[in-house]
Amino acid sequence: MSEAAGETLRERYERAGAGGELADLWRRLRRNRAAMAGAGIVALFVLLALLAPALVPFSPTRGDFGDRLQAPSPTHWLGTDELGRDILSRIIFGARISLQIQVVAVLLALVVGVTLGAVGGYLGGRMDNLIMRAMDVLLAFPSIFLALGIIAALGTGLVNLMIAAGISSIPAFARIVRGSVLSLKEREFVEAARALGAGGGRVLCRHLLPNCLAPIIVQATLRMATVLLTASGLSFLGLGVQPPTPEWGAMLSNARSYLIVAPYVATIPGLAIMVVVVGFNLFGDGLRDTLDPRLR
Amino acid sequence: MLVPVLFGVSLVSFSLLHVVPGDPAEVLGGAEATKEDVDRIRREYGLDRPLLVQYLQFAANAARGDFGISIQSRHPVRGLLFQSLGFTLQLSLASILVASVVGLLAGIISATRPYSLFDALGMLGALFGISMPIFWLGLLLIVVFAVQLHWLPSGGTGTLFHLILPAVALGSASSAVIARMTRASMLEVVRQDYIRTARATGYREDVVIFRHALKNAMIPILTVFGLEFGSMLGGAVLTETVFSLPGVGRLLVEGIFARDYPVVQGAMMLVATTFVLVNLLTDAAYAFFDPRIRYE
Repeated sequence: MSEAAGETLRERYERAGAGGELADLWRRLRRNRAAMAGAGIVALFVLLALLAPALVPFSPTRGDFGDRLQAPSPTHWLGTDELGRDILSRIIFGARISLQIQVVAVLLALVVGVTLGAVGGYLGGRMDNLIMRAMDVLLAFPSIFLALGIIAALGTGLVNLMIAAGISSIPAFARIVRGSVLSLKEREFVEAARALGAGGGRVLCRHLLPNCLAPIIVQATLRMATVLLTASGLSFLGLGVQPPTPEWGAMLSNARSYLIVAPYVATIPGLAIMVVVVGFNLFGDGLRDTLDPRLR
Repeated sequence: MLVPVLFGVSLVSFSLLHVVPGDPAEVLGGAEATKEDVDRIRREYGLDRPLLVQYLQFAANAARGDFGISIQSRHPVRGLLFQSLGFTLQLSLASILVASVVGLLAGIISATRPYSLFDALGMLGALFGISMPIFWLGLLLIVVFAVQLHWLPSGGTGTLFHLILPAVALGSASSAVIARMTRASMLEVVRQDYIRTARATGYREDVVIFRHALKNAMIPILTVFGLEFGSMLGGAVLTETVFSLPGVGRLLVEGIFARDYPVVQGAMMLVATTFVLVNLLTDAAYAFFDPRIRYE
């Protein structure tokens, strides 16, 4: 393990040679066409989000009132909304907002969930019982209800939306990591580390958690999809990102009033959400099949 | 398990009002409340007593279904909740019916003809079903079946026809999950020796599939049913908003907007308790489908 510390993926790849584990993983992943399609969608989405300011043809928040609710045309490829704002520009900037929400919420859930699951699984006993009962309580609320409860307490807005979506995902990480730690902690390599004098923290961080990485990565990828659905749902309800920020769920919510005269205004943000969720689901399923087929 | 989880649920629901920044009495009174109003609310809701006493009072009242008086409507929260719970349960049951019929059929067809065109189409449909935002599907259904074709009402309540579009929108994601699980579970079962024996004995194929295979494949499918009911209660928040249905989800969202905390607390408690009880019933159903499982 210590050899791998501080090494870049490329160095590790070169050290392992063409037949190394990462190359083997990549080869297996590449054979999975659905996973590669998912990876392509995710890559495109991330690129759009990162390059949004350079790509948008119009301002995503300012519109020309004379151009309101225009159908798709050579000037406005996806038409304009009720305030004359260019829908394509708003969709591209929406990718940036969505990615931001997904990354922060999943990271929050990952850090807290992995810590709780690892500590509970490793220590066992009362601490484990307490942590897992707390997770059971969080799981007793359907996830969007839990997020709504958190929004009710904290208020609306981008940051609170991230916190709400993140907290709702904590139990998924905690349960997976606890299960993996429980099955690994009695193995010989862990016993050997303990016999060599490694403390609990070191055993967890250097020996147990690196061996739980596969299910954590798979869960994080699939959670990116769930978080996008939850976050856009909350914005659709008016309890997430507030106008004029171009968030896809909030765009759909505004479009409801123009369903009859301009149905395309409601079609495009929904399609964007679905395509990105399909991308993360395909990629996550492919990673799961490649990294840990037992999880199927 | 039930008691500690319900204790935790009551603690989370109780905490909602106390996590909100500021004095709970001022929060309940709203921005325009005078000092006399705030004092009256503090006495009326027992907010001048120690926190532990407040919690015990809240838990004791909640156990009797008493969540106090709604700040907005001045009606008892219990009445509002039970009125709206009826609509939500109706919607959830109709959706689970849609999800079961579509999901089981698609899963069985996919499993009995694996890697065929039916299988590919079924699983592609399932992928889109899982990835499609409920609120977007709801809007699309309204545009096509209510606005364009005039076949079904776009919202509201009254007849069975009013339930069709919301049930399809809410049931689609669950039908996708059920289809995937049914396929996976059935694929394992149909390879077993007893299925070959049943076929060799001369049973008709439908008898083999429905009586021998499906019953043995039901345990994992049932687990999904239990979990999906929870996601339906969650999804109902969005569906009720799209189709203007007066259910618990909409009551909760309106409660959050109006900062009507007794309603928010009551709705959170009610939904979590319903979800926990449904999971308990699911566990009990295991024993029915698999006599090897018995609970002490």
